[in-house]
Amino acid sequence: MRNPFGRRSVTDLSPPAKLGAFVVLLFWAFVVLFPIYWLLVTSFKTPYQVDKGPFYVPFVDFQPTLDAWRYILVELGNDTLRPYLNTVIVGLSSSVIALLMGAAAAYALVRFTYRPRVGAIGLAIGSVAFAFIATALGAPFFLAAGSGVAIFAILAQAIGRRFTRAMGNSDIAFWLISQRILPPIAVAVPLYVLYQQIGLLDNIVALIVTYVAANLPIVVWLMRDYFASLPRELEESAAVDGASVYRIVRSIVLPISAPGLVATFLIVLVFAWNEFLIALVLTSANAQTMPLQVAAQNATRGPQWWAMSVLILIMITPVVAMAVALERFITRGILVGALKG
Amino acid sequence: MASSDSSIDAAPQEPVPSGSALRVRAARQATGTLGAWRSDGAARWLFIWPAVLLILVLSIFPLVASVALSLSRLAFHQGGVDLKLIGFANYQQLLFGLERSHFLGVLRTPNLIGWAIVIATAALTAAAWIRSARSGRVRPMGLILRLIGGLLLLGSVWILVQALASDGGRPGALIVTLIFVFAGILFQYTLGLGLAMLLVQQIPWRRFFRIVFLVPLTITPVGVGYMFLMMTDTSKGPLEPIWVALGLRNFTWVTDPWLARLAVIIGDTWQWTPFVFIVLLAALESLDQEVREAALVDGAGRWQAFRHITLPAILPVTTTIVLIRLIEGFKIIDMPNILLGGGPGTATQSMTLQAYIDWNTLNLGRSAAIAYLLLILVSVVATVYVGFVRRRVTELA
Repeated sequence: MRNPFGRRSVTDLSPPAKLGAFVVLLFWAFVVLFPIYWLLVTSFKTPYQVDKGPFYVPFVDFQPTLDAWRYILVELGNDTLRPYLNTVIVGLSSSVIALLMGAAAAYALVRFTYRPRVGAIGLAIGSVAFAFIATALGAPFFLAAGSGVAIFAILAQAIGRRFTRAMGNSDIAFWLISQRILPPIAVAVPLYVLYQQIGLLDNIVALIVTYVAANLPIVVWLMRDYFASLPRELEESAAVDGASVYRIVRSIVLPISAPGLVATFLIVLVFAWNEFLIALVLTSANAQTMPLQVAAQNATRGPQWWAMSVLILIMITPVVAMAVALERFITRGILVGALKG
Repeated sequence: MASSDSSIDAAPQEPVPSGSALRVRAARQATGTLGAWRSDGAARWLFIWPAVLLILVLSIFPLVASVALSLSRLAFHQGGVDLKLIGFANYQQLLFGLERSHFLGVLRTPNLIGWAIVIATAALTAAAWIRSARSGRVRPMGLILRLIGGLLLLGSVWILVQALASDGGRPGALIVTLIFVFAGILFQYTLGLGLAMLLVQQIPWRRFFRIVFLVPLTITPVGVGYMFLMMTDTSKGPLEPIWVALGLRNFTWVTDPWLARLAVIIGDTWQWTPFVFIVLLAALESLDQEVREAALVDGAGRWQAFRHITLPAILPVTTTIVLIRLIEGFKIIDMPNILLGGGPGTATQSMTLQAYIDWNTLNLGRSAAIAYLLLILVSVVATVYVGFVRRRVTELA
C-alpha cells in the first residue's frame, strides 16, 4: 500500500510536514466536533446529571436517558412540530425565491446593459414613499399601493423623461448589494408596523418576504461574480443561431452554473434557517421558528440544557445532511471576487 | 439635464425615404419591436424588476420610517401611543448626553501610550497630506476632501484612545462593536486561510475534513451562543478538568470585561471561520498550479512562492470575503446577548444589542437612532474599505 503521507509532486509537502498538517487538521476537526458531541451527550442526560459536573461518555460516566427527547418530541409534540415546520417552509421557500429573483437579476446585470434614468428612479422612490405615508395616515393599504402605482405610471411619462442622466449596471448592482448593509434592527421595527397595518403579523408569509429581501443582495453578489466568470461565447453562438434569452438561460446557463446556484442556495438557506432577530420581532405564536424555540428553553429556571440540546440537534440535522450531500458543489460554486471592481 | 428624448431622436438628419423603403422600414421596425418584446426586451425587464421592486419596497420604506422614528419619542397615553417629534434629541443623548458612556464609552485623558498613538497618527496623517499636496497630481477639491478625511480619522483615533488607552476610560457599544468586528475578522481570516492552505495539499481524509469544517456554519447563532455558554462553564462544563488543573475552578469569564469580550470573539470565530475557509479553499483550488510548480523547481522557497504567487492570486477573493464579513460582523447580537447578556455591566454590548435592549424597553426612538448610527458607521467603514483597499487590489490584479 502506498504511504498516505508520501510526496506526490513538487508542490506537495514533505512527508513529515504532511503529517504535521494532518495533525493540525485533526485538531481543528476536534475543536469543531467536540461542542457538537457535547450537545449530543447532554441531550441524553437528566437535569441532575447535567448539574453534577461534567460526564463525558454515556454508559461509562452516566446512565443515558431519553427523557429530554421524549419531552421535546412527545410531550411538547405540536409545540415542537409547528416551529419546525415553519422553519422548513420559511427557510426553503424564501431561499428558492431569493435564488430565482437574485440569480435572474445577477444574470441580467452581467449580460444586459441598463441605463436607468435618475428621474425615473426618483419618481419610483417618491411613489413608494407616497404609498407608505398614505398607509401611515390611515388609508387602506391596497388603495394606497394602487394610487402609488398610478402616480408612478402617469408621471413617468411626463417627468421621468425629462431627467435623462443615466446610470449603469454597476450602479444598480452596487445599490442592490449595499442593501445588505442595513442592520436588521433598523429594518425590524418599521416592518413590524408595516405588517401590522396589512395584517401579516405572526404570519409566515411576512417572514418569507422579509427573508427574501434580506437575502437577495447576497444572491446577487455571489451569482454576479459567478456568471461573470462563465465564458460568453457559448451563449453568443446560441443567440446567433436564433435562440431566445429564455432558451439560452434554460439550456446553457442553468446547467453550467449549477454549482454556483447550489452553493449560493446553501448559504442563503443557512441564513434564513437560523435567523433570530427578525423572527423575534415579527412573530409571536403561530409563525415562530426554531431559533426562537431554542432561546425559549432558557426559562425562568435557567437554561434547560438537555431540551435545548435536543432542539439544536434536530434543527441542524437537515442542514448538515444537505451540506454533506451537496459538498462537492460548494467549493466549485463560490467564485466570489472573480469580478474586477 | 434639460435634454429630452425627442431632441435626441430629431438630431440625425436622414434623407426622406421613398415609399417602398418606408414600408419596409416600418415593417422591420414593427417585427423588431414585437420580437424584442417577446424575447430580449421583455427578459431584460422581467429579470431585474422583481428584485429591484422588492428591495425598493422593503428597504427604502424602513429606511425612511427609521429616520422618522429616530427623531421622535413614544408617548403612552390612555388608549394608544403617540409619536412626538423631538428633533435630534436621541442622537444628542447618545453622542454627547447621558447615554454617551454607554454608547461611545467613558472618555478620559489618554495615558502615555495613548498620547504616543495620537501623536503618531497625527504626524502620519499630516505627512501623507503634505505629500499628496506636493505631488501636484491632486486637485484642490481633492486636497480639501483629504484634509476632512484626515481630520475625521484623527478624531476617531482620539475617541478610541480616550476610551481604550487611558486611566479609567471604558469603551462603549460602538467601540466594542468595532473590536468584535476587527478582532473577529483577523482570527477568522488567519484560521480560514491556514486551514484552506493545509487542505489543498494531498492529505488523507480530505473529504471528511472539508465536510466537518463546514458544520459550525449551519448552527443557528443562538444555538452556538448556548453551546459556548456550556463550554465556558468552569464548574459543570466539559473543560472543567482543564480549569481545575489551571487553578481556575472558581473563575468565571463573566467578571472580567476583556475576557468576556474574548469569549464572544472565540464563539464568533468558531462559527464564521468555515465561511472564510470554504471561499478561500475554492479560490486556492482554482489556482493554476504550474506557476507555483515552476517556481519551486527553480529553487524558490515555499514562503517566497506563497508571498509572490499564491497571495497576489487570492487577493481579490480576500478583499471580497473581508468585505462580506465586515458587513455581516457589524450586526453581531446573538453571541454577546446569550453568552453574557451584554455583561459584565455593558462590556460586551454591541450596537445591535443596545438597540435591541432599547427596543425591548419600548424606547423605540433611541433604538432607531442607534440603528441609524450603526448604518452610518457600517457605510463609512465599507466605503473607506472599498475606496482604499479594494480598488488598489483590483488595480494590481
